Amino acid sequence: MGLPVVHVATIVPISLTVGANRIVPAVAIPYPLGNPELPDNEERELRLNLVKKALRALQSEVEKQTVFD
Amino acid sequence: MADKKYRVVHYLNQFYAGIGGEAKANIPPLIKEGVVGPGVPLQQALGEEGEIIATVICGDSYFAENIETAAEKVVESVSSHAPDVFVAGPAFNAGRYGIACGAACSAVSKNLGIPVVTAMYEENPALELYRKEVYIIPTANSVRGMKDAIPNMAGFVRKLGLGQSIGLPDEEGYFPRGIRVNQFADRTGAERAVDMLLAKLKGEPFQTEYLMPTFEQIPPSPAIKDLTSATIALVTSGGIVPLGNPDRIEAASASKFVEYNIAKVDDLTAGAYQTCHGGYDPTYANEDPDRVLPLDAMRTLEKDGTIGRLHHLYYVTVGNATSVANAQKFGKEIAERLKEAGVGGVVLTST
Amino acid sequence: MRLELGIIKTKDVQFGEETIIKDGTLYVNKNELIGLALQDGRLSEADVELARPGEEVRIIPIKDVIEPRVKVSGSGELFPGVIGKMGTVGSGRTNVLRGAALATVGRIIGFQEGFIDMTGPGAQYTPFSQTNNVVLILHPIDGLAPHAHEEAVRLAGLRAAAYLGKAGKDVAPDELEVYELSPVTNTILPRVAYVYTLLSEGLLHDTYLYGVDVKKLLPTLIHPNEVMDGAIVSGNCVSACDKHTTYHHLNNPLIKELYRRHGEDLNFIGVVTTNLNVTLADKERSTDYASKLVKLIRAKGAIVTEEGFGNPDTDLMMLCKKMEVYGIKTVLITDEFAGGDGGSQSLADAVPQADAVISVGNANEVITLPPMKHIIGDLKSAEVISGGFVGCVTAGGGLNIEIQSIMGSTCQLGFGKLTARGY
Repeated sequence: MGLPVVHVATIVPISLTVGANRIVPAVAIPYPLGNPELPDNEERELRLNLVKKALRALQSEVEKQTVFD
Repeated sequence: MADKKYRVVHYLNQFYAGIGGEAKANIPPLIKEGVVGPGVPLQQALGEEGEIIATVICGDSYFAENIETAAEKVVESVSSHAPDVFVAGPAFNAGRYGIACGAACSAVSKNLGIPVVTAMYEENPALELYRKEVYIIPTANSVRGMKDAIPNMAGFVRKLGLGQSIGLPDEEGYFPRGIRVNQFADRTGAERAVDMLLAKLKGEPFQTEYLMPTFEQIPPSPAIKDLTSATIALVTSGGIVPLGNPDRIEAASASKFVEYNIAKVDDLTAGAYQTCHGGYDPTYANEDPDRVLPLDAMRTLEKDGTIGRLHHLYYVTVGNATSVANAQKFGKEIAERLKEAGVGGVVLTST
Repeated sequence: MRLELGIIKTKDVQFGEETIIKDGTLYVNKNELIGLALQDGRLSEADVELARPGEEVRIIPIKDVIEPRVKVSGSGELFPGVIGKMGTVGSGRTNVLRGAALATVGRIIGFQEGFIDMTGPGAQYTPFSQTNNVVLILHPIDGLAPHAHEEAVRLAGLRAAAYLGKAGKDVAPDELEVYELSPVTNTILPRVAYVYTLLSEGLLHDTYLYGVDVKKLLPTLIHPNEVMDGAIVSGNCVSACDKHTTYHHLNNPLIKELYRRHGEDLNFIGVVTTNLNVTLADKERSTDYASKLVKLIRAKGAIVTEEGFGNPDTDLMMLCKKMEVYGIKTVLITDEFAGGDGGSQSLADAVPQADAVISVGNANEVITLPPMKHIIGDLKSAEVISGGFVGCVTAGGGLNIEIQSIMGSTCQLGFGKLTARGY
């Protein structure tokens, strides 16, 4: 029995192609959970929200590959 | 003086060996000298050049239920006869027989370094399991195809026995193993591209140089029922490592993953961590590694009780040109360690 | 637009009192070249070495390779908008020092960058074992930020190539190649476009079109001749195997081949350049836009070349799918990353419409190379370049390394003859 995994990645098509079952779209390749253009506190907020979304994905039952937008 | 004949050991199941049907499917491996059953026409097809010196026989159920032991015993029997080639089947569409043939060939090849070949129908479930490691010749889906299978197998056994090199799947008549081999063509890629486009536009036949890949799809794992008591682990293919990359994970084609302890770390900072991944602009990850491995966010959610615990270890590799085979290997090992540690779920980040 | 390339066959390179071309030999005034490079205060030291085909020389780590050329007539200057005056290039006459190349080497900026062996088993994997190379070794001042370091080296390389090219300005060429897309009256010939993807993913991953960072541009049309005068300049070094060096851009083999067959087998309509960006939205936007451009110019078929690998595989697949949906037949040129044993999936993304693919080889293939008598640069850097690893430099100075590290080994413009077949 495997572990539930959520893939936080920018290029969702690749994540789907290679078979991830729970996917959370990330911001950009060099900073998936960040955004250097934002002021620090906003960037941290952005990251926190992405991680929260990822954790929600881990708590969601899925039958097939699912992107959590 | 005649050249020495190459020596062949043949593998059959209990049915083709004439021992019995289902009732005898649980017999353990045994070995008989010389040819048995389909070995007779096979020997005829090999003619004077090669000799089937022995036949290893095993019950399909025995093999299926004791794959490792059965394979070991086959290897032992084969080893004592020191053949030049090992051939199994043909298994046609029989699933357990196909698996036995594939497993036997694989074990002999790996342990004794002897060239191996088997044969089965394209829908035999054993094909996908063994095609990469073992030459498998296509056959019809039932014993009615025996009269074609035998000469095809004989031709292949002969090549292996005489030490001849095996060419392309289409030329030699085996299922493509999915192994890419570099070679120099007679024309440049640009020239070949224009030729291919012109053929495609004219509706003429052409052969793509690369068939689109497929990836293994696995069923989703059950969701976490209670996040507040769960231990969540962080894993990344983005190459976030302690400053200096002390374990020297490669910038591309990573040969390893590494486990790092973050029990006392609340935030990844530029002075202490960096990226070692060579496939993306490292500027932003080096400024703040949390952008790739969100440790600070996970700590916050641990402190406020959203998650039970952040696992004290994280796992990192570099997903830049790293082969799928290696990635699968790393994934399996990491999963084992996480399971053993009682981790309930994983946040995997990629760049 | 009619461009004449005046080919000056350069058969040797030597140091000399003046930088001139005489009887097929390029003489280089070393001090002048060094002085030119050091005009950029961001560079503290420079040196020049020469490497000729067949010599037991290994050059490592290399940033870019550029062919020396010079505009003799026609608007604009070589590398317009970067080091040359702005102006639409691609017409008039440009002289080319064919058989010569300028390579930039120096302390490593990032994890990328590759090497060239001038002889031995590694030589056949790179076109630069066949060129007479002027190697410019550059060191940055202490504490120089990575972006500034990259730019300084890039500009120094282009300036050096232009400086060498100038030696050919008044030399009578050995051959003249004429490039003109004459109108095709035979309407049976299929209209074919070339979709030229350019890497634009950040530091050491960028490309410039008339001096503009391609990540900021929407896909656009250019005339193939513009590429021959350096409208496209490389600022990137993903992995040496499939980075398009500026030399590759100048000598784009697919443009050459499409020209060769223009009017005979096809109607070469034009080139659409597009980027390879780092967000999903950008990839969708650019591939939408590029496919639409190809449709607007009424191409019936298109060839797409990739640069880099991994996430750009998605752009390649999006372009393929979107054009095929428009009824445009596509062929893709890509390399593979099938693992050292060739048994892994070669691409990170796939679409069923990609039924016509040219493979330029598996970049993960490991090659064993002998030591070379002379190293230009730093051999130890092999351990940190893409395709290298700790221990890949053997005790005697040989290399056990992926062909990923060899400059241009799997160039996806279809420059070489390397391919992979399925066994």
